[in-house]
Amino acid sequence: MGEKLFGAAVKRTEDPALLTGRGRFVDDIHLPEMLHAAFVRSAYAHARILAIDPKGAETAGAIAVLSYRDLPEGLQRKTLAVSVPNPAISQLVLPYALAKEEASYVGEPIAIVLAESRAVAEDAAALVAVEYEPLPAALYCRDAALPDAPPAHSHLPHNIAAKVRVNVGDVDRAFARAAHVFGETITVHRGGAFFIECRGIVVEPHPILGGFTVYCTTQTPHRLKRQIVELFDLREDQLRVAVPEIGGGFGPKGTVYPDYIAAVAAAQRLGRPVKWVADRREDFLATCQQRDQWWELEIALDEEARILGLRGRMVHDSGAYMTGSLTVPWISATTVPGPYVVPNYRLDYSAVLTNKVPGTSVRGSGRPEAVVVMERMIERAARELKLDPAELRRRNLIQPQAMPYNVGILFRDNRPVVYDSGDYPAALEKLLAAADYAGFRARQMKARHNGRHLGFGLSNAVEATGLGPYESATVSVAPSGRITVYTGASPQGQGHKTTLAQIAADALGVGLEDIVVVAGDTGTVAQGMGSFAARTAVNAGSSVHLAAEAVALKAKRIAAQLFEVAEEDLELEGGAVRVKGVPGMAKPLGELATRTLGVPGFAMAAAIDPGLDGTAYFKPEQSVYASSAHAAEVEVDIETGQVRILAFTVVHDCGRAINPLVVEGQVKGGVAHGVGNALFERLIYDAEGQPLVTTFGDYLLPIAGDVPKVKIIHHECPTPLNPLGVKGAGEGGTIAAIAAILGAIENALEPWGVVIRESPLTPERIVELLGEAALGRTR
Amino acid sequence: MTDRWRIRLKVNGKEYEREIETRLNLADFLRHELLLTGTHVGCEHGVCGACTVLVDGQSLRSCLMLAVQAAGKEIATVEGLGDPENLHPLQAAFREHHGLQCGYCTPGMLMTLVEFLRDHPDPDEAEVREAISGNLCRCTGYQGIVDAALAAAASLRENPLKG
Repeated sequence: MGEKLFGAAVKRTEDPALLTGRGRFVDDIHLPEMLHAAFVRSAYAHARILAIDPKGAETAGAIAVLSYRDLPEGLQRKTLAVSVPNPAISQLVLPYALAKEEASYVGEPIAIVLAESRAVAEDAAALVAVEYEPLPAALYCRDAALPDAPPAHSHLPHNIAAKVRVNVGDVDRAFARAAHVFGETITVHRGGAFFIECRGIVVEPHPILGGFTVYCTTQTPHRLKRQIVELFDLREDQLRVAVPEIGGGFGPKGTVYPDYIAAVAAAQRLGRPVKWVADRREDFLATCQQRDQWWELEIALDEEARILGLRGRMVHDSGAYMTGSLTVPWISATTVPGPYVVPNYRLDYSAVLTNKVPGTSVRGSGRPEAVVVMERMIERAARELKLDPAELRRRNLIQPQAMPYNVGILFRDNRPVVYDSGDYPAALEKLLAAADYAGFRARQMKARHNGRHLGFGLSNAVEATGLGPYESATVSVAPSGRITVYTGASPQGQGHKTTLAQIAADALGVGLEDIVVVAGDTGTVAQGMGSFAARTAVNAGSSVHLAAEAVALKAKRIAAQLFEVAEEDLELEGGAVRVKGVPGMAKPLGELATRTLGVPGFAMAAAIDPGLDGTAYFKPEQSVYASSAHAAEVEVDIETGQVRILAFTVVHDCGRAINPLVVEGQVKGGVAHGVGNALFERLIYDAEGQPLVTTFGDYLLPIAGDVPKVKIIHHECPTPLNPLGVKGAGEGGTIAAIAAILGAIENALEPWGVVIRESPLTPERIVELLGEAALGRTR
Repeated sequence: MTDRWRIRLKVNGKEYEREIETRLNLADFLRHELLLTGTHVGCEHGVCGACTVLVDGQSLRSCLMLAVQAAGKEIATVEGLGDPENLHPLQAAFREHHGLQCGYCTPGMLMTLVEFLRDHPDPDEAEVREAISGNLCRCTGYQGIVDAALAAAASLRENPLKG
């Protein structure tokens, strides 16, 4: 099978509709008789709900006001589910669709208000009188972990939801024989996703057939379907979750939210379609975030600056509910060693409940934190040992001949973490050359001479991508010849409809324009996982490949019977099965599809089932490991604390690139997210747990002037673990970027002895750090 | 009860007349009254730029303007730029240079840049970055958008739009 489209930078098929205002997003849906919802949300971080009086709302025109007691019996009994069950969670606190007796974060939904328009629904929601008894709140994760901290839920004895130890080798022995030991305390704050399209849902009840169609901004339509089916006790066929265009996801759109379930309950009760779309303030209050981690870590090295071990502890802010499971801290803990040989490693971490919006994965999902921590430790060691930081990294990287490399850590499924492919030393050398590391000292000295302060930072990361257990794909040829690819993957801007079509087109010998990809619709494929964890190219891509190969094989089998030739003498080309070397002997795929449908009274050919289609579920045996090496060159204005990124270089290994245009877009966008995380993005709360940051005026996303041009070098190390040799590309840009920028800032501030132990570094904070350093020196 | 007004205005060359509430903003009017859903709403407080449209040729955030204020005016939205088979040179350049991923901020970016390129036919990269500094994009890292704008400027200088 020729590969014409795989690897080609073809333009995206998604674009024409999106560019002309013809993309269809959830808020673009208008249905007859549709009601609009607004939520009454907790005004307190932690409070007992004493009474809810809806009278004011009813006089303002609300059709209905539903609170916990108005929910169907099943929803009063059952909470939402945890995303990934994990036996390590000892306090599995989960939310109801609407708060029961206690609200546990500002913004938690307490009542849903329905009206004929959104404006009236909002007016009415403001007139629902909720009587609260405020309770003390658990806020910063490290404080919330202390035994005397106020509980995030009043029935809990403490806030520690899980305590986990990761242990590799014999760390204490390694430390006992170390030539050098250095310790650091590091805090990392990630912030939120802040997709430009806020979350939303439209629920359409079907009075005749029963059940609902749900249109939702979800990354995981099948997961949402399973939860609604379970909570409302529906049959599978009574619910279709269809995902229209989505305006960015980055993780938090993968969560099943209480507001979605409340909207379904409202539509069920009122028998009318219900639409709810978050406004930006609600997005700040009630969309899951990935906030704080507090780390205390020691690194041990031998005389040659080879890492002997790492040990320490970490506290992770899980927010008010464990909906997001231990996914983020688990990934953080297991990402720390990254591309480095760390023979001994012990981390004790706690996931802690706080009175903040629940936590979930945001692009990178705990990895950026781990990379910040590891790279900070490496920089510390290099500084203390007066070694070139690139050289210290070089000495510690895993060598390519060690692949597959067993890190010694266990993954979620208790199987060992084994890197399948990669060449980290070569990637680092390519990076140093491309970023002109050798010339940097001269640039720095020259700039200093002119009163400018440049810094250079490096980082390396390894990323588990292509998370299992499977993704679905069906490739179907209609009698018309139309080819459709259906998949449970659910894109949010990554261009999957193009890349999956590229894969199918190659297998079927057709062009991109001959294929339509339908993604994220539970009405088209029975099972699916969705798009998160940089898994779609690997899992959906491989499934599409396998399904399309099956269709090609079946088409050949039918044609072989028709032409009375061997299957090996046939090829797929131009939308037809052709006899090789015999012009004119060809059958269009559509005609072959028609033949598979059968005719009443005529027996079907043996060994051919009806329909020219194939379904595959690629089930990876483990994750595949992508890697990236980043270099940032920055200038810091020591008066204002402003950081300008002068150059940014990425060496990136995502295996074979299906579409380099799309891959580069993912890397560049990922770096931009990392720029925001490193320099701007912080969710701030006051002492009572009120969020102080609820607008884009307060929470700064990087703008065009903040994000550098990114120089990208593809460094393809194909994985042997899937038929396409692909690894995930969606998150690597973010994962390593933050650490490189922090390192560059520290390097620029070297003359003042400023040490960076935190992220983000806002301009105010940089000025503060310079002040602290100056005071330290004069004392 | 809220007060209502009857307004007439032109959108993409077509006349519309509607009776609306005073408090209805222009973005919601376009999206939910005229069903021109190409204009997107991202923040409702004038920061993200997704809702940018042209009012009498000038870019404005339609979330910060009441629909009644647009009475008698000519509005241009993304739907009027080009259609899928016949993309405007700026739209074509966005596609060529991967200037969009999820496509949600795209209509606001396009309308901002249409005005900018009309007034600044030969910009440099820094000027383009400044021009879109009031438009947030979370997907692309902006580079594709900047490249697209520069390419579109060159193409429009060579082949100016007629009319």
